[in-house]
Amino acid sequence: MQSLTARRPASRVRRDPAPSRWAYRVQRWMLTPYVRGFVMKGLPTLILLGAGALWLGQEPNRQAVVGQLTHLRDEFEARPEFRVSLARVEGASDDLAEAVRAKLALPLPMSSFDIDLDAARDRIETLDAVQKADLRVRSGGVLQVLITERVPVAVWRTEDGLTLVDETGHRVAGLLSRSDRADLPLIAGEGADTATPEALDLIAAAGPLTPRVRGLVRMGERRWDIVLDRNQRILLPEKNPVQALERLLALDHAQDLMNRDILTVDLRSDHRPTLRLTPNALADIRRAQGLETVENEL
Amino acid sequence: MTDLYTSQRAMRNMRKAAMQRGVIAILDVGTSKIACLILRFDGPDRLREQDGVGPMAGQSQFRVIGAATTRSRGVRFGEIAVMNETERAIRTAVQAAQKMANVRVDHVIACFAGAEPRSYGLEGELDLQDSVVTEQDVSRVLASCDVPDLGQGREVLHAQPVNFALDHRSGLGDPRGQIGHRLAVDMHLLSVDGDVVQNLLYCIKRCDLELAGIASSAYVSAISSLVEDEQELGAACIDMGGGATGISIFMKKHMIYADSVRMGGDHVTSDISKGLQIPMATAEKIKTRHGGLYATGMDDREMIDIGGDSGDWEKDRRQITRTELIGIMRPRVEEILEEVRATLDAAGFDTLPSQQIVLTGGGSQIPGLDGIATRVLGQRVRLGRPLRVQGLPQAATGAAFASAVGLCLFAAHPQDEWWDFEIPAERYPARSLRRAVKWFKDNW
Repeated sequence: MQSLTARRPASRVRRDPAPSRWAYRVQRWMLTPYVRGFVMKGLPTLILLGAGALWLGQEPNRQAVVGQLTHLRDEFEARPEFRVSLARVEGASDDLAEAVRAKLALPLPMSSFDIDLDAARDRIETLDAVQKADLRVRSGGVLQVLITERVPVAVWRTEDGLTLVDETGHRVAGLLSRSDRADLPLIAGEGADTATPEALDLIAAAGPLTPRVRGLVRMGERRWDIVLDRNQRILLPEKNPVQALERLLALDHAQDLMNRDILTVDLRSDHRPTLRLTPNALADIRRAQGLETVENEL
Repeated sequence: MTDLYTSQRAMRNMRKAAMQRGVIAILDVGTSKIACLILRFDGPDRLREQDGVGPMAGQSQFRVIGAATTRSRGVRFGEIAVMNETERAIRTAVQAAQKMANVRVDHVIACFAGAEPRSYGLEGELDLQDSVVTEQDVSRVLASCDVPDLGQGREVLHAQPVNFALDHRSGLGDPRGQIGHRLAVDMHLLSVDGDVVQNLLYCIKRCDLELAGIASSAYVSAISSLVEDEQELGAACIDMGGGATGISIFMKKHMIYADSVRMGGDHVTSDISKGLQIPMATAEKIKTRHGGLYATGMDDREMIDIGGDSGDWEKDRRQITRTELIGIMRPRVEEILEEVRATLDAAGFDTLPSQQIVLTGGGSQIPGLDGIATRVLGQRVRLGRPLRVQGLPQAATGAAFASAVGLCLFAAHPQDEWWDFEIPAERYPARSLRRAVKWFKDNW
């Protein structure tokens, strides 16, 4: 049996067929650096970009991509590593801590990505008793709230009632009766809270008069009066009230001024203190000087 | 004449542009093969460090980065016979070389063997105005050569000043700046058939290439095969190609004569083909495998299958002895060599002081050729191989690539030709600015 397909011996002559004119030209184009760079790099890039743009040009596709990305993001954020399940309030009294928790108002547990710490801090700092709040997410899913409380330094009496203020004059809390915080000095008058630091300085400078001080009254939102017991008043100047008070104390020390029958000491002029005697004392002095006055209600 | 001058100048400018771009293609359009080499020019300094000896004949300035050869078609006697076929062959070679080099080439320097080259010796004389020879004087003395009638449709391929003489001193290479009264020049002019050049130009243009130079293959193969002292003392280079055998005579490093014999290796092949009744391809194979020129007793016993594709058992099992093959080849080779001898005699080669003959080209690889050449041409015959150039593939270092390699050297270091000198100012058109400048120079 023999196969009928012709079995030709391999051609001995090596054939090198000529390239067609166009094959030759194309090869030469491809060897030109710019053309080759464009075809090998530019064209694929353009095609990919074009196809991507065309695909994204359709609304459903774009939505699908956005939805997918959002879903991935949500999934990532919902992982237990990022869950905050507990808020710990530190540095606050029990009542304040309750108030802070109420203000925080976060539906725990939630993801730490969803907590707006800045807004939460601002919310907490609206509480009068809170001077500063630090919020941070700690490991273990704990939201730590570090509270710095305002310390009341004075009681401010207004027409509405009593208020505790701190050294900057900011309101801390309301007060039902003065005797609850008898240890704190009393200030009164309009604008007294804004001048609280000056009031504190004055009280600190009062020295031997301290037991007698009943409170400080802000007069016309510009200067202080110190009210002592026995209805005595010290009218302090607008400027340098502390020096004026120290001068008065020196006078008191030398002449025992404040124990005498005096109604007011007016220190508003720094040239001289002006005294106002009680009517009885005034009558006594005049009698001693041999002056007769017409007695009247004044 | 001016036409040619401008076209040759344009080619020189193109060559300069190619040098600047750094790549140029070499195209050897032969009868049996078309070879294309791609050269990359790079600075001589970088390569000088490597070879240590320094540049030899300046060939270290370039490097072959692509080489391809293809079976030639449509070329006969070193001339283009079928344009389309030749164009395709050129395209094949150039494409393969470009692929190997991985660069695109736009400029090509070509050489061909045929077109009936004719040599002329020209003389010119000039009385110097100044006693110092200037560049303009050289141009003028070149212009004063009276050009012989080249014949209908013939063009100048090479026109090289070979020798300058000043008064009674001859053999000056460069007379510029020397002092004398009478300047004379000897020039060698090679003319070829213009149509052949036009055909080649057309083919190369059809391949989207630009011609940056053109040379005679006899000249360039001599550049690569003759060693320096042979070029200096005088030698003839016989480039035995496929369809034509080129002859060039060198003296004092200048070509002084070139001619070609319209016979070559293809005629030997066709003799074998006719004598043994076998196809040309088989004949070529048998010639290269078993060919020779001297028969010995052993050759009677060496049987060669010549085969056939007829299907006839008797014909397909034919065998010949090597002696028979030699008997066919030898007369034709002798005939070629005798033609060469006649040409050399006509050129007056026997009056030269040194009579070295160098055989090169693909045909020189026939075993025993040197023996026969010694008998026909004289005692001082040797087989020449081209110079080694950097980057040339091993397969392209043989004698068959002598003209391709020579063309590389020609591309890197062309000799001064007539058109490299400036046109003398008198020959400029009447309203030329240069002429005005010269007038000012002469009168002030």
